[in-house]
Amino acid sequence: MLIRQPDDILPSEITPPEIYRERRRFMQGMGALAAGAAFGATSDAHAGVKLAGVRASDYQLDEAKTPYKDVTTYNNFYEFGVDKSDPAEYAGSLKPRPWTVTVEGAVKQSKTWDIDSLLKLAPLEERVYRLRCVEGWSMVIPWVGFPLAELLRRAEPTGNARYVEFVSLHDPRQMPGQRSSVLDWPYVEGLRLDEAMHPLTLLAMGLYGEVLPNQNGAPIRLVVPWKYGFKSAKSIVKIRLVEKPPLTAWMKAAPAEYGFYSNVNPQVDHPRWSQAKERRIGEFFKRDTLMFNGYGNQVAQLYRGMDLKKFF
Amino acid sequence: MGADLRSPKFWVFGICLLPLARLIYLGGSGGLGANPIEFITRSTGTWTLVGLMVTLSVTPLRRLSGRAEFVRYRRMLGLFSFFYACLHFVTYIWLDQFFDPAAIARDIVKRPFITVGFTAFVLLVPLAATSTPAMMRRLGRRWQQLHRLVYAIALLGVVHYLWLVKKDLTTPLIYGGVLVLLLALRLQWGVILLQAARTRFAPARY
Repeated sequence: MLIRQPDDILPSEITPPEIYRERRRFMQGMGALAAGAAFGATSDAHAGVKLAGVRASDYQLDEAKTPYKDVTTYNNFYEFGVDKSDPAEYAGSLKPRPWTVTVEGAVKQSKTWDIDSLLKLAPLEERVYRLRCVEGWSMVIPWVGFPLAELLRRAEPTGNARYVEFVSLHDPRQMPGQRSSVLDWPYVEGLRLDEAMHPLTLLAMGLYGEVLPNQNGAPIRLVVPWKYGFKSAKSIVKIRLVEKPPLTAWMKAAPAEYGFYSNVNPQVDHPRWSQAKERRIGEFFKRDTLMFNGYGNQVAQLYRGMDLKKFF
Repeated sequence: MGADLRSPKFWVFGICLLPLARLIYLGGSGGLGANPIEFITRSTGTWTLVGLMVTLSVTPLRRLSGRAEFVRYRRMLGLFSFFYACLHFVTYIWLDQFFDPAAIARDIVKRPFITVGFTAFVLLVPLAATSTPAMMRRLGRRWQQLHRLVYAIALLGVVHYLWLVKKDLTTPLIYGGVLVLLLALRLQWGVILLQAARTRFAPARY
């Protein structure tokens, strides 16, 4: 599955990002007109800038990539609204620079990195991962970033560090969806330390070779490909190493429906819908959902002996 | 044709077709977004609920306005609700499940929101089937009793919506609120309220 494959979408079939952005700039212009001077200029000027020095990786897939347009116009990011078109529409008010990420808690010494030093912290690589949303749709996305382990190692976790908590930005002026109490802000996610240190766990700063667009979690987000999409926290400002499992935003919102692990698992249904199949965006027929989203060879040993129905 | 154009029924009919026309237009112009099947499912479901609410507002509106002729649109509105419910149901079994009977049966039994939605749809069928004047005459008093099922159907429709939403319940609760209002206006005090409002605000008609 990780054997390098040539892209099976012709480059000519992918909507060129320039064309897409042209349209978005136009729409943002219209939005700005409508909003008057309330927010001033939108600040999504970095999205779309090509990231330098990105190397290819062995993490490729023999599956068609989801077009850039779909990845950037259809996703969940409740900080901007609960509809899947809301992030693309309203994320213009997010200011991804300047930005810092603090690593604290059970570490030798708390450290704060700004986004430019994070971009240089470790070599950037492109990884094509499947993304499976808990709602039953999926995509194939070329992310750019480096393993989270690179960052955590530099912070030197102490013996007390058993879990990692991720905290996203909380600023209703930048994230208008936070004016609604649909979730308990800020958005919090968590991983077990061994999950966080796993080589698949990616800290992403780019998408399709370019700076991450605001609506996809700019400037820095997590990508945990074997878990449902909501585990991959976006627009992260704080990473805390802790002793106990963090109480995540979705566990607080609906504890019976969203567990700490939230591994992709076709055999464990959501209490209100089946997880056996998924609709790959762009495809007509549903496809079977794979155990651990197809990453079982790499991650199944993390959960050996655990009852995955109980630890959902 | 000229007579048709002057008939309000003709216009109501046309308006009821707009949601379908919009879907066809968006489908043809690539405007259904990244997940067209979800879009169509949501849209046909929404218009079924809207149709039911509009149908249920005919009687309160008639009482409020004193214009009995409103009742003439009720059957058409009810049948359009059923039409959109059929599109919704077909979207589910065809586009969503692709006629996989095992998966559909499992869904209906195991998923509460599907169970409720399916029940509502099944209950709509006899109402649509008995909507003709001939059936009205044949059933007599029992026709009205049978058609009171629409209250339960609308309620099931709102519950169906409430249970499928991941988190934000605002929209389904708005539908719920409208339905509660429409049902309350049918209670004795609701009827009195509507008649009082009519005599107070609209005496100039006479």
